[in-house]
Amino acid sequence: MHISEGVLSGAVLIAGAGLSTVGVGIGIRNLDYDQIPKVGLLSAVFFVASLVHIPVGPASAHLVLSGLCGLLLGWTAFPAILVGLSLQALLFQFGGLTTLGANTFNIAFPAVVLGVTVGKLVNNENPAIRMTAEFICGAGSILFSGLLVALSLFATGKAFLPASKLVILAHIPIMLIEGLITVFVVEFVRKVRPEILSPA
Amino acid sequence: MRLAEFSYGDSFIHRMDPRSKIVTAVIFSVFVAVNNSLQVCALALVFPLVMLGLGRISFVKTLRRLGAINSFLVILWLVLPFSYPGDPLFTIGAWTATQQGALMALMITLKSNVIVLTMMALLGSSSIFSLAHALTHLGIPEKIALLFFFSYRYVHVINTEFETLSRAMKIRSFKPNMNIHTYRSYAYLVGMLLVKSFDRSNRIMAAMKCRGFTGKFYILHHYQMKRMDFLLPAVSGIFAALIMVVR
Repeated sequence: MHISEGVLSGAVLIAGAGLSTVGVGIGIRNLDYDQIPKVGLLSAVFFVASLVHIPVGPASAHLVLSGLCGLLLGWTAFPAILVGLSLQALLFQFGGLTTLGANTFNIAFPAVVLGVTVGKLVNNENPAIRMTAEFICGAGSILFSGLLVALSLFATGKAFLPASKLVILAHIPIMLIEGLITVFVVEFVRKVRPEILSPA
Repeated sequence: MRLAEFSYGDSFIHRMDPRSKIVTAVIFSVFVAVNNSLQVCALALVFPLVMLGLGRISFVKTLRRLGAINSFLVILWLVLPFSYPGDPLFTIGAWTATQQGALMALMITLKSNVIVLTMMALLGSSSIFSLAHALTHLGIPEKIALLFFFSYRYVHVINTEFETLSRAMKIRSFKPNMNIHTYRSYAYLVGMLLVKSFDRSNRIMAAMKCRGFTGKFYILHHYQMKRMDFLLPAVSGIFAALIMVVR
């Protein structure tokens, strides 16, 4: 999911940084000071969840939960994901400094777009509709993030085309599992603490 | 979870103004990331190594962290030499590796390691709190700095809760496998973390309001740039210029 340092070209890095700045700007404009502890703690939850390894076939993958993040936070997911990625870069050297913009955009943008559109259906009366919406948020975020990662690589150089294809393929099983997990998490939260799902 | 383990130390790198370290790290990383010469990347490696040495940062721990990053690059080495057009290097079956492709993979590996080592030496040698503090001085929006503070402050707390919950799962003989039960259990684990954090954040907000929080983040400790602190950006700038010339 992360693109490491030194891979992307200058133009792609700048585009990523610019787009992320816009997204984060919109995000913090929607963010009240009252909500900062809540968003800060949620981004800490996503940070911790990314350390959880789940079995996928013979290998294992870590949780991303960007879809869940977009669903719960809307545009605020942009600054939350930026903070989470900065912490990962600083503490574990995952992702990186120059790629922070591109990585933030690749992960946050699909999550936010799905969160503010399809995500609105999570409070629908009909369980089939809302569970489908949750699945689309979880799985779609990973799918589109994978496509954006592949696109970033491809925009850097045509030689990255096979690597881009590999990235998309690798995202498919993770996508299905993330979709499932998002449905389970949201349905659990609905039973236990429905206030989290109601728009603040 | 061992976080920010390099930030405990008392070398002159550790004592340096975090603002100067951030600015230097960012500019040097961008310089390395956008250049397209193998020699420059190789020479640039000297800078973080000297900084790590000056900061007396454990060589073994640094290497262990580099191992984690380089495992990401393995996939690149498997693909790139075969997909990059150029002169053939060797052939496996229908696949031909090219010299240019291998050099490209080598350059990316070098860049990645140089930038990560620079980050470890310069940013790793400051605590996360002083970095966030320095970022507010450098003009990032206050809300981002606050978010950063809260997130980092509670990562440990939430991780402890996560460990408690996973221990409880283990005691009940939970074995992760590839089935719905596993995914549901992990989802409930995450759900429980969300619920606990949501409740905690409400308590924090209430406590902060009781203490008169109005959204302003007061900075009590102001940084003062000393002569030494201008040295770092200057030295790295001269170094970058030098390797461009030497090449």
